[in-house]
Amino acid sequence: MIRFDRVGLGYRGPTGHVAGPEVLHELSFKIPEGVFRWLLGPSGAGKTSLLRLMYLAIRPTSGHLSVLGVDVGKARRQALPGLRRRIGVVFQDFRLLPHLSVYDNVALPLRLAGRPEGQIRADVTEILGWVGLTKKAGERPAALSGGEQQRVAIARAVVARPALLLADEPTGNLDESQAERLMLLFQELNRVGTTIVVATHNDALVSRHSAPALRLERGRIVDAP
Amino acid sequence: MTRLGRRTRLLRPARFDELGLKRALTARMLPFMVAAMAFLAALTLAGWVGVASLARHWQEGAGTSLTVQVPEPRNPASQGGENRIRRVLDLLSGTPEVADAHALSDDELGDLLRPWLGTGSERTALPLPAVIAVRLANPDADLAALGRRLDGVAPGTLMEAHDIWIRRLSALARSLQACAGIALLTVAAVASAVIAVATRAGLAARREAIEIVHGLGATDGYIAAQFARRATLLAAVGGLAGALAALPVLLGLASLAAPFTGVQSQETNPDVLAALPSILWVALPILPVAAACIGFLTAQATVRRWLHTLP
Repeated sequence: MIRFDRVGLGYRGPTGHVAGPEVLHELSFKIPEGVFRWLLGPSGAGKTSLLRLMYLAIRPTSGHLSVLGVDVGKARRQALPGLRRRIGVVFQDFRLLPHLSVYDNVALPLRLAGRPEGQIRADVTEILGWVGLTKKAGERPAALSGGEQQRVAIARAVVARPALLLADEPTGNLDESQAERLMLLFQELNRVGTTIVVATHNDALVSRHSAPALRLERGRIVDAP
Repeated sequence: MTRLGRRTRLLRPARFDELGLKRALTARMLPFMVAAMAFLAALTLAGWVGVASLARHWQEGAGTSLTVQVPEPRNPASQGGENRIRRVLDLLSGTPEVADAHALSDDELGDLLRPWLGTGSERTALPLPAVIAVRLANPDADLAALGRRLDGVAPGTLMEAHDIWIRRLSALARSLQACAGIALLTVAAVASAVIAVATRAGLAARREAIEIVHGLGATDGYIAAQFARRATLLAAVGGLAGALAALPVLLGLASLAAPFTGVQSQETNPDVLAALPSILWVALPILPVAAACIGFLTAQATVRRWLHTLP
């Protein structure tokens, strides 16, 4: 499902060459299909970079990475958009499109996948109801609170029922009851077969919902199930 | 808002603008620049057509002709008892290389001289030669021998072949047409550069939105199509505006040029639109289409090249 084999990552400079030290070193681990994994580690350990590799925002500079059975290093560039559509991502900074309404932001992955508008309306209405934002469907993200924006980002990540769901600090702007509700959604998606990786600092949440964890420190895996 | 109103708003708009390009590629600068290019292209095209038509006119009118001037035409010829002009005409008619020889009447001579001597040229006191327009059956005829024979019957007769001038004018016309072609290509290249710069500015302004949509699985083709649709529309609007702005200028030039190209002048033909060569009526509507094509292709190429910086 997801396989890291001695994967290293260094960010490239403007010339295209790797500039500066590697941020991830020799990562080797597997995440089987349909499991739930916490991704833990102190700030600056490389959690966000690791997630970026998994959602194909960057390619590794060394080693082999395969996501949803596709070897990312060998795949042709044209094959990646289809792969990205099978991955849902909740970004730490939400990354909503400011000029689109809540409804259109959530509908975006379905429209990119070419789904019919009737189905899109049903799916978006359902997920907005689930995250409690039905009344805000016509609002722009700027008119929402941080917690509401995070719920829009979550709705957008799960609306297309991805095979792999990656979340970077998804509870950072949620209160405890909303965070619990989000965990219920993740468990529900996991139960129907979605592979889920959640990076978090929320120790209380991790202790309440025990699951195997990948631990990163200074760009290296120190503990993997 | 009513329940129905809210539902309607939730439907996808016909022209859904995911990337917010209406604000990134604005309808101000780009159409204006493309309109200026289309205006220049229209003038250049008109120049090209005008030169082509003048060159054709000259060639048709004088391609195989000679002008023979006979001074003191009414004086008796050196032999044969007739006057000089009659003898020269007889000699020309009897020459197999000559297809037609026609002595210009006083009115026709007056027409020729009017630009220099005014409308009273036929009453001038100057001793005017008779002028014979000769059309050659064989353009390779030995003109030197013909000239010697003409001088024999009417000394002082001058013969002027036009072909050297036609060759020079044709070379000039071809050079002017080549310049017009280069100017057209330059205008197209500048239009393309303007659209590329505007597209790059749009890419920079919408970088974050593009990265988000790209991350959600949009293909290069999908993103490039959004930009290309917008650039095509703006370039077509600019092209149309430029062509429309050039129309009155071209009509004015065409009615000025009409007397030289054989088309009736504006005084006798009040239909101004008919003065414009028909090829320009075809070329002008092509300008917005050409601008739209340049807009589409430039935006596609620029966006696709830029997207290759993303994984």
